[in-house]
Amino acid sequence: MKKLLALALASLLTASVALAQTTLTVGLFEPLNEHLDRVMDLFIAEHPGVTLDVRTLGYADHHDALVTYLATGSGAPDVVAIEIGYIARFVAEGGLRDLSSEPFSADQYEDLFVQYAWAQGRTADGRQIALPTDIGPGVMYYRRDHLETTGWTIEDVVSSIDNYIQYGRDLKAIDVYLVASAASVADALIRSDVPAGSGIYFDADGRPLLNSERFLDAARVAKTIRDEGLDAEIGSWSNEWYEAFRTGTTATELSGAWLGGHLQTWMAPETAGLWGASVIPDERLLSWGGSFYGIPNQTPAEKLDLAWELVKFLTIRPDIQLQAFKSINAFPALPSTYDDPMFDEPLEFLANQPARQLFANVAENIPGVLTFPGDMVAQEIWNSALTEVLNEGRDIQEALDEAQSLVERRVRR
Amino acid sequence: MAKTIAPGTPRLPWSTRLDKFQRRYAPYIFISPFFLLFAVFGLFPIVFSLYLSLQAWNPVQGLGTMRYIGLENYVWLMDDPWFWRSITNTLWIAIASGVPQHVLAIPLAFALSRGIRRFRHPLTAAYFLPYITSAVAVSLVFLTIFGTQFGILNQTLQYLATAPWSAWLFGGLADALPINWLGRAPNIKPAISILVVWQYFGFNVVLYAAGLATIPKDYYEAAEIDGANGRQAFFNITLPLLRPMIFFAVSLTIIGNLQLFDQPFILTDGTGGSSQAGMTVVMYLYRTGFNWLEMGTAAAIAWLLVLLIGVLTMIHFRFFGRSGLETRD
Repeated sequence: MKKLLALALASLLTASVALAQTTLTVGLFEPLNEHLDRVMDLFIAEHPGVTLDVRTLGYADHHDALVTYLATGSGAPDVVAIEIGYIARFVAEGGLRDLSSEPFSADQYEDLFVQYAWAQGRTADGRQIALPTDIGPGVMYYRRDHLETTGWTIEDVVSSIDNYIQYGRDLKAIDVYLVASAASVADALIRSDVPAGSGIYFDADGRPLLNSERFLDAARVAKTIRDEGLDAEIGSWSNEWYEAFRTGTTATELSGAWLGGHLQTWMAPETAGLWGASVIPDERLLSWGGSFYGIPNQTPAEKLDLAWELVKFLTIRPDIQLQAFKSINAFPALPSTYDDPMFDEPLEFLANQPARQLFANVAENIPGVLTFPGDMVAQEIWNSALTEVLNEGRDIQEALDEAQSLVERRVRR
Repeated sequence: MAKTIAPGTPRLPWSTRLDKFQRRYAPYIFISPFFLLFAVFGLFPIVFSLYLSLQAWNPVQGLGTMRYIGLENYVWLMDDPWFWRSITNTLWIAIASGVPQHVLAIPLAFALSRGIRRFRHPLTAAYFLPYITSAVAVSLVFLTIFGTQFGILNQTLQYLATAPWSAWLFGGLADALPINWLGRAPNIKPAISILVVWQYFGFNVVLYAAGLATIPKDYYEAAEIDGANGRQAFFNITLPLLRPMIFFAVSLTIIGNLQLFDQPFILTDGTGGSSQAGMTVVMYLYRTGFNWLEMGTAAAIAWLLVLLIGVLTMIHFRFFGRSGLETRD
């Protein structure tokens, strides 16, 4: 009997100790969890009494679940990660706490971050909804062997869009495609050279821009590439895509700097040393990917301080950002990290090119663009119009005029 | 309205009262789990989605931000080109994948039950296997099969078009190869239909095999004595007597095919494909609600789909239902 009593007492005691601890739930998508697993102990050491409950899902499932949590007003983790593809809807539509306000006052950290990434997490009326953690400076990966065979230099290839297409014609002569999909070239073109104070798809007043010159021009370039048979007509993240990287049937790929990590680790590890990285043709500056951390509205008040500490820990700390760069190849959003010796290292996969300096340089120069509530649906309508132009031979002007009216129809609601 | 018990009325002993109580209410309590679960997971979502279809609601802003807008979602959809495109796609795929399922399944079930009886069960099981396999897993496999450059389907066609023994039949394809199954609008719906036929016709084989088992042998014996051949037996005995089962199976196909989601979603990478050629109504519903955060419109799409399924099923009942049952006499 005494033993039982002691046991009961002991369990009561541990229960009260557990109560004194705060458990912070963190919602992540892969592979951000791998990074947090590595730095978690450090955070706990700095904030005694905290336990982190990490919930990881796949990319799409994580964001779908987050929408559901916010819709029902319960169940959301205390701190959430948001990928760039989804940030617009949360920035524009709510559901996350305004980090510019008290007690967070996030605006004081603005200068720490790459300018455009900061802008992506900010509403048009100046509320910071999420802090950037990693970014995807847009670059071009290219096969060095094909460059050599055709007698081009990379500087010539990227000096203009016309040269880039001409390179494609020379590649065609040796049965190599310029790029996996002409659509990715068009996407690079609409995302760069965005006028200051405008969004990608909407101008400052929220009017859609889908039949503006920037879009028409992008569609024309893509159509030239497609009509001349210079692209392999392969969509991203398909088996055909990986196969093309492995076999070298495509010579270039426009993408985020992160693509190199994927190529090296699982897509085409056997092609090490055959690749190089450069700026996007015509030296266009654009971002291609990135992730953020934010705090849902429903995070209880007593956990806000800790949640904010964790967000800061994962975003504004150079040491943590560098750790993420090392472990999961997440490119830091903090320019202060770019002086680290890591950035001068030659990359074996890219034939010993010290490409990280190039990525950092691109990242620091990408101009910020505004985020609008209709971005998701406008992007969808643009993609659809572009595939009609490329795949079904539709007239560019006609397709984009229709796209424009479809977007107008949706945002008028 | 409290009933006062007159003083002096003897209270029944509690055991008797309990007995009366349980006699009266026990049946309800016993069936209540179903109704409770149905109310929470069946009835409530149905009623709520009807309510939702009359609201403008962005889910990430929370439940409090719903705004009543009457029938505006429905009116907007009537005028929405993408909605109509998704309806056309769905009907196209429903017919192109629905008809072959039955045209293949009936003769196959007939052959299984009469011809190759020895392997009947293993073969039925083999045909049924795709049906119980996850649609997502199957779609992922077909994604590889349909690949343009390295897909096995194109490789096979390529071989057939050039091999000497088959070139006379497939040679015409040589110029069209490699076919971009999932990238070009005209090919997407056929590709999805091929997958759906493959996955679901086994289910119909099982249904028809069960239907065939109910047809008495006497008819066939009598027909044989009268000198009917297998073909005549099939068209004059099997098919008419199978009509109730055909009616049932076709009803299931109509309802199922109009709700197609997983297969087109995976095959088109969630986008609906070039020109939305593979975007079914349910896919459009999902994208409207979860990708574009217009939950009210998504709910309205759901109800329009219910209406469409209802109308088509009614037409099917009107034209085939009665005649299907009449042959029973």
